Amino acid sequence: MSTETVETTHEKEHGMSDAGYIRIALILGAITALEVTTYYVDFGPLFLPALLIMMAIKFVMVVSYFMHLKFDNKVFSFLFYAGLVLAVGVYAAFLATFHFFIR
Amino acid sequence: MAETAHGHVGSTGISNVKLGMWAFLGSECLLFGGLISTYMLYRGRVTGGPRPSQIFDIPFTSVSSFVLLMSSLTMVLAVSAAHKDDDQKTNLWLTITALLGATFVGGQVYEFTAFYKEGLGFSTSLFGSSFYTLTGFHGVHVTVGIIMLMSLVGILKRSSVPGKKAEVVEMVGLYWHFVDIVWIIIFTLVYLIPV
Repeated sequence: MSTETVETTHEKEHGMSDAGYIRIALILGAITALEVTTYYVDFGPLFLPALLIMMAIKFVMVVSYFMHLKFDNKVFSFLFYAGLVLAVGVYAAFLATFHFFIR
Repeated sequence: MAETAHGHVGSTGISNVKLGMWAFLGSECLLFGGLISTYMLYRGRVTGGPRPSQIFDIPFTSVSSFVLLMSSLTMVLAVSAAHKDDDQKTNLWLTITALLGATFVGGQVYEFTAFYKEGLGFSTSLFGSSFYTLTGFHGVHVTVGIIMLMSLVGILKRSSVPGKKAEVVEMVGLYWHFVDIVWIIIFTLVYLIPV
């Protein structure tokens, strides 16, 4: 099988080429740089939402593209996101009992 | 039980190994969720010793975070090379990933030493205890990942991979990426959001 054919087969199975992975990594690096900027530049009331949104974007990008969840069987997505949603729900409730969100 | 290009498959038609790994990673979300929530609750509890803003070195941690993020890229390139049956490239990318991981752990050891010298011991305050527990657990996960990567390089060189080679590399890759996404959360919630 030629290199090109192997590359195409891999892309079909995993939805991304090596160049695509490098592009994703560059975007992740740029978002990280933006995140660090928020520590030094005053973004006012936008600071916290912007930081959390950037964190969520990075998280989803790594899970979807590097971990191939976007292109894989939906059962894997269910297993992982079920654990994640359960964790977020349980610990949000846990923090709420300590009045964490109304300080 | 059938065997495909993706290893053993059960009645679901999907790889059992992969299914097990994703279930494991889902359960790891609960472990780190507990550690992160405890840190968030205790990060302001400083009765003695330095406060987070007095000791965190954001430029240093940012570089460490970038190093770990780039190790995810080298890992995915290793998985890609494994799917193309390119053993040489697979070994190269796995080794680079392990080196980047080792750089991250080295940075964490340096950071812990610097914090300790500045007066933040494990039992100095609730902030100290929860911080060291959370980041320490993550550091142990990265270290286990490095051991897995180096073992995989050794196994691949001896060509004695149990089961499908590409799938084994992919499983180690999933674990490595998970360690990276946990750090994405820790970096934002612990380091960048002030107390």
